[in-house]
Amino acid sequence: MKKKGSFLAPFFYKQSKVLFSGDSLNLILFTFIVLLGFTSYYFGRKKAYRIQYTKKRLTALPQFYGYYLAIWCAIPAFIIFSLWAIFEPTIVKLLILSDYSNQGYLDNELNLIYEKTKSLSRGQFTGEITPFIEASAKKYLNLRSIAQSSKVVIVLSAIIASGAYAYKRISSNSRTREPVEKFLKAVLFTASLAAILTTVGIIFSLIFQTIDFFKVIPLFDFVFGTHWYPAKAFVRDSSEALDPSMYSDTFGAVPIFAGTFFIAFIAMCVAIPIGLMSGIYLAEYASIKVRQYAKPLIEILAGIPTVVYGFFAALTVGPFLKEIGNSMGLDVSAESALAAGGVMGIMIIPFISSLSDDVITSVPQSLRDGSYAMGATKSETIKKVIFPAALPGIVGSILLGVSRAIGETMIVVMASGLAANLTLNPLESTSTITAQIVVILIGDQAFGDPKTQAAFALGMSLFLVTLCLNIVALRVVKKYREKYE
Amino acid sequence: MNKNKEQLLNKRYKAEKRFRLYGQSAIFMALIFLTIFIFKIFSTGYSAFKKTWLIVPVTFDAELMMLEQNPSKEDLEDADYYDIALKSMADLDPNANEDQENELKRMVSYFFEREIKRELLNDPSLIGKTKDVYLTASDDLDQVFKGNYPRDLPEDQRRVTDYQLKIFDQLVELGKVESKFNLSFFTYPDSREAELAGIASSFMGSIFSILVCLMIAFPVAVLAAIYLEEFAPKNRFTDFIEVNINNLAAVPSIVFGLLGLGILLAVFQLPRSTPLVGGITLSLMTLPTIIIACRASLKAVPPSIREAALAMGASKMQTTMHHTVPLSMPGTLSGTIIGLAQALGETAPLILIGMVAFVNTIPGSPLDPAASLPVQIYIWAESAERGFVEKVSACIMVLLGFLIIMNLFAQIIRHKFEKKWS
Repeated sequence: MKKKGSFLAPFFYKQSKVLFSGDSLNLILFTFIVLLGFTSYYFGRKKAYRIQYTKKRLTALPQFYGYYLAIWCAIPAFIIFSLWAIFEPTIVKLLILSDYSNQGYLDNELNLIYEKTKSLSRGQFTGEITPFIEASAKKYLNLRSIAQSSKVVIVLSAIIASGAYAYKRISSNSRTREPVEKFLKAVLFTASLAAILTTVGIIFSLIFQTIDFFKVIPLFDFVFGTHWYPAKAFVRDSSEALDPSMYSDTFGAVPIFAGTFFIAFIAMCVAIPIGLMSGIYLAEYASIKVRQYAKPLIEILAGIPTVVYGFFAALTVGPFLKEIGNSMGLDVSAESALAAGGVMGIMIIPFISSLSDDVITSVPQSLRDGSYAMGATKSETIKKVIFPAALPGIVGSILLGVSRAIGETMIVVMASGLAANLTLNPLESTSTITAQIVVILIGDQAFGDPKTQAAFALGMSLFLVTLCLNIVALRVVKKYREKYE
Repeated sequence: MNKNKEQLLNKRYKAEKRFRLYGQSAIFMALIFLTIFIFKIFSTGYSAFKKTWLIVPVTFDAELMMLEQNPSKEDLEDADYYDIALKSMADLDPNANEDQENELKRMVSYFFEREIKRELLNDPSLIGKTKDVYLTASDDLDQVFKGNYPRDLPEDQRRVTDYQLKIFDQLVELGKVESKFNLSFFTYPDSREAELAGIASSFMGSIFSILVCLMIAFPVAVLAAIYLEEFAPKNRFTDFIEVNINNLAAVPSIVFGLLGLGILLAVFQLPRSTPLVGGITLSLMTLPTIIIACRASLKAVPPSIREAALAMGASKMQTTMHHTVPLSMPGTLSGTIIGLAQALGETAPLILIGMVAFVNTIPGSPLDPAASLPVQIYIWAESAERGFVEKVSACIMVLLGFLIIMNLFAQIIRHKFEKKWS
């Protein structure tokens, strides 16, 4: 069935086909800049060689002249190019929508108009074409072609101007090594900011949604409410106004926080004894040969993806526990907290064992020798001398393990329940922060919906809790290392 | 007095032995877990590498296919294969009524039409003749043949009917059921039907994500590590960067998923469900791992190398770029590979950015929607059909295989190329 207005689409399509499509133009321009950067290196070096040929002394190795010219040629053009790519769509959108201002359109209506305009100009539009949109589409194509040709002109002239400037500056007594090295150092410094940028990005992505969430749901209800039932908030029709009373008693996070810590607790009950004892054994008792094989084998446990653990917990451990429980007359859920926590504990064993192994081996030998000289057995030495000495480090490693247990997602999503029960019975199912985030955000998300925002609020609390744990743990471990180094 | 002392000593020795035993049993338990784990995965997964085929005689009846005399290649392409496909299945039991014919049809995958078509296109002279054609069995029969299906269940709890089982057993007796290597598991994209589902789409998705991740994380991390280790002045700001890096290494992966969702998808409007976004998200996660590994291996380069280069008149930058960094590369590379292996196994952040969508095409670029291997494991593990259980295990085996190869590679680089200084 042909839709109305589609006869116009081929016209627009053809017109946009005549020009380069935006992407291929960008690609061509980008490759051109890169190629020019490379060739200008050879020009710069050649000029340096020529200067050398005239028996004048150079102030730097010839290749620095090449780098110098290449940087001057490519970098300004590249900066203009990227700035253009970032700002062009916004400016074009503003220009297009300026026709529609003062007509009382809402923001999302304007967005819709813009999207329609864009798809019509691409020839992919299949709805009804109003004259307004047709005019905008023409204007859009017009603006785009102006923007593209001016971009080419500006980028090329930037290359020529800055390249010529740099080429002229190359002479026997021009300094080229220092600026090149300064530039490289600046690049290195920028790269080191990536870590900070990531942290800032995390905080930014979480904070706005979280604030919006707490505008609808009072912080008190979130932190102290005992009913978590976000599905209730989803039935809402988007045209309805926000009704705060609908959300009361829906977003109480206590059951989720409790479930998170409960499952983490179960995990640590498995991981601490096994991890710690194997760490101690590997560090103090094991022969070199045992150590050589056992250590990497245990560390395999840390390399297995968590989704695999989740599958294992859901397919094997859960039903297994249920069967045992049934044979003892207990009512065990197939998605019990015990199954998820237990498997999570297995996953954390290697973290605790290898960290405590490191910590114990770094306790100075003199402490051991002193204890042996007093006639203590090996286990007494470990229990009464080495363990207390290594305690801060061990606590640090356990805290890192807890932080990992709290942040673990896939095992809980697959093996534990998704309904948030407030329970301390390990045989029932509970839910965790991470599992709720996945449950809420899987599939399509509507930003602006309290349910989606709730996931970000949960993410924020998860981030803060693990951040505190990590900072404390890292500080403890660091202090400990400094003590014995 | 003396006896008392001896008793005490014995007690202490016993305590010593007990403590030692605790340690041994802890290690033993960890290794037992590992063994059970691997055994379980392999024992459920190995059968997925075999696929059951029904060998069914098909009569290529030109009339039923609506073909005229001497059909061209295009005619063969457009011909109607459904009727002959249906007829050949119905012919398995000449006395079948209509319901039973339907059940017969459901003994093979819905691909059977295409499989018959492929046969004819390979050999157009078959028109009017009868030939035995290999048809993919339905996943339930596949499971029956592999012995994973409880046949003694009452009929209403099974997806295979008694009638289907009867015909199937007849075929088995006639030798018309064959189990062959399951190539389609590696070449087909995901499907809702277990017998046709393959890992090609998720595999390509993983490859693209990891490539994007490598292309972003490696250069940035190495440059950052060089700055922090070789150039950075010791001040508050660099301390802050360090704290940041160490913290990022311990931030839960799902938070990075929220970052991808909140910034990459919502603010930068990058396309959802694509390996591009997945790769960027993963690169932010692996960044700290690579930075830490690279710094450690830069630190391991002895100062004498730097001093010698500086003494020869090299600048600080030349010393670093020409001597220190190349010498640190083996350690950096093996750290990078280990970081990428971690990223390859990551699931939660990819789910949040929508790589969990059902994709039944093989992605050709990082901009096409795709899943990844771990996400595929999750998707299949959540499916109810029995046929997916072995697929999940097989997919896990493929994933673990990759991780083992990557880790071995990292080890080899480290041991082969790293210089020992002392």
